[in-house]
Amino acid sequence: MLEILEKELAKKEISLLENDNLITLITKADDAKDIVKYLKDKGFVILTDLSSVDYPDRPERFEILYNLLNIYDNKRILVKFSISDGQKTETISDLFSAAIWYEREVWDMFGIHFANHPDLRRILTDYGFEGHPLRKDFPLTGYKEVRYDEKERKVIYEPVKLAQDYRDFDFLSPWEGPNYVLPGDEKVEKN
Amino acid sequence: MSDETNLKNITINFGPQHPAAHGVLRLILEMDGEVITRADPHIGLLHRGTEKLIENKTYLQAVPYFDRLDYVSPMCQEHAFALAVEKLLNCEVPKRAQYIRILFSELTRILNHCLNIATQALDVGATTPLLWLFEEREKIMVFYEKVSGSRMHSAYIRPGGVSQDLPEGLLEEIAEFTESFPKILRDTEGLLTNNRIFKQRTVDIGIVTKEQALDWGFSGVMLRGSGFAWDLRKSQPYDSYEEFDFDIPIGKNGDCYDRYLLRVEEMYQSLRIIKQCIEKMPSGPIKTLDAKISPPTRVEMKHSMESMIHHFKLYTEGYHVPKGETYVAVEAPKGEFGVFIVADGTNKPYRCRIKAPGFAHLQGLDFMSRGHMLADVVTNIGSLDIVFGEIDR
Repeated sequence: MLEILEKELAKKEISLLENDNLITLITKADDAKDIVKYLKDKGFVILTDLSSVDYPDRPERFEILYNLLNIYDNKRILVKFSISDGQKTETISDLFSAAIWYEREVWDMFGIHFANHPDLRRILTDYGFEGHPLRKDFPLTGYKEVRYDEKERKVIYEPVKLAQDYRDFDFLSPWEGPNYVLPGDEKVEKN
Repeated sequence: MSDETNLKNITINFGPQHPAAHGVLRLILEMDGEVITRADPHIGLLHRGTEKLIENKTYLQAVPYFDRLDYVSPMCQEHAFALAVEKLLNCEVPKRAQYIRILFSELTRILNHCLNIATQALDVGATTPLLWLFEEREKIMVFYEKVSGSRMHSAYIRPGGVSQDLPEGLLEEIAEFTESFPKILRDTEGLLTNNRIFKQRTVDIGIVTKEQALDWGFSGVMLRGSGFAWDLRKSQPYDSYEEFDFDIPIGKNGDCYDRYLLRVEEMYQSLRIIKQCIEKMPSGPIKTLDAKISPPTRVEMKHSMESMIHHFKLYTEGYHVPKGETYVAVEAPKGEFGVFIVADGTNKPYRCRIKAPGFAHLQGLDFMSRGHMLADVVTNIGSLDIVFGEIDR
């Protein structure tokens, strides 16, 4: 499977990686839709999942993933590409109807805009919600809280008030954890 | 003027508090008289931000969140998460743990299908199956409680194995259950399968063609009902499913009745797997022996300082998962339940994407209901087998 894909998609800038039944295909945002179309004709007929990952440190911040399944050859493929904040990407809902809701969810959670989408409304968050919760810079507690007000006889929205600060304990071991800057570490670099 | 009013469509708000909506589903139905022209589900009323929360929890702390997704089949989801983490950790799971997981995954399938069939029958007017099948569900929940201490949110299947060994006598009790349950199931079938009213309400209702099933990304019973022999337990066996002998029933017409029949047959097949599990249950450890992943036993901790340290570190810092990403899916009772994890080498997942089968299925409600009567929407919702915990996440 891998060789066929490599040969046929030689014109596009892609990198392929196979692991058990899962193939990962990394491509550019412009080519993604063509590749998905090509894969659909090759038997990857089910769009299992469509999601995104946020990497705020990268210049192209969001990574979009199409998870396609080939039920005839028993293969899965993950098509990945990166786009920057505010950049639009073409919808694939004309190829897979299942993408309609998945793209709505990605728009809701990450604020990625899909061009030519038939119905790009928010899906999981509240009516009138602001912000995109799965972005890494969105706080875990959110911004608004709701309660039912007996006097006004309706649900009212207020800024989040925490009786106690959100406690985020850092249990990472300085020996095993990722590169950690401890106070005093900068002196090592100086000498 | 009077002509204009006759042509006007009616919009009905169905839910979010409606017993036949199987949870907090708000449906905006556009009707032409009694016929549905468009169904627009508004979801998210049970959105708890599970994916975001998991990013802020260690891998072990993330396990209980999976029970609370599809709260009708908790263990199957823990199973998916455990498999994904194990794949990233590259850790071997002992045979006994794999068999226990399969045993409980299949019990969970019965748990789920019992609820689905019972409530769907209730929606179309039959009350007795609910009373009979919920009694059986209660028995399975007792097994849950015996093995994990909790009736529903068990947190039993954990990365590396299962949390504790089966208590003495449980296998015999489950074996007894596999003997007594088929009778209840046959009785229920006797009430429904050839029942004229039940057939009138389900045959040729909510037909999903082969093309539609693929196009809308269906999985599980929704896909098999349309005639695809696709089951992850057979095609991409996880744990030790390849060692078991069972059949995959498939439907012909893709209507609600076919899907009902499939669920019944799947329960019989699950019983077959459970029986084989009990027969072949190997002995040995129930979680990986890697002390950096699975916590030590209480007894060890009384003697060994090292175990004490491991225990402390595992329950505060947790284990570190090497950098990488993976997608692992299991055949949950409702369809393909997948977990996509991006690990960055720390003790918390960088991103945990949950692929819930119900999300894709509910999206199909619109095309399934068009041209049907209002009462058939209820049948369709029941047949989709949706639970809002997993759809809204």
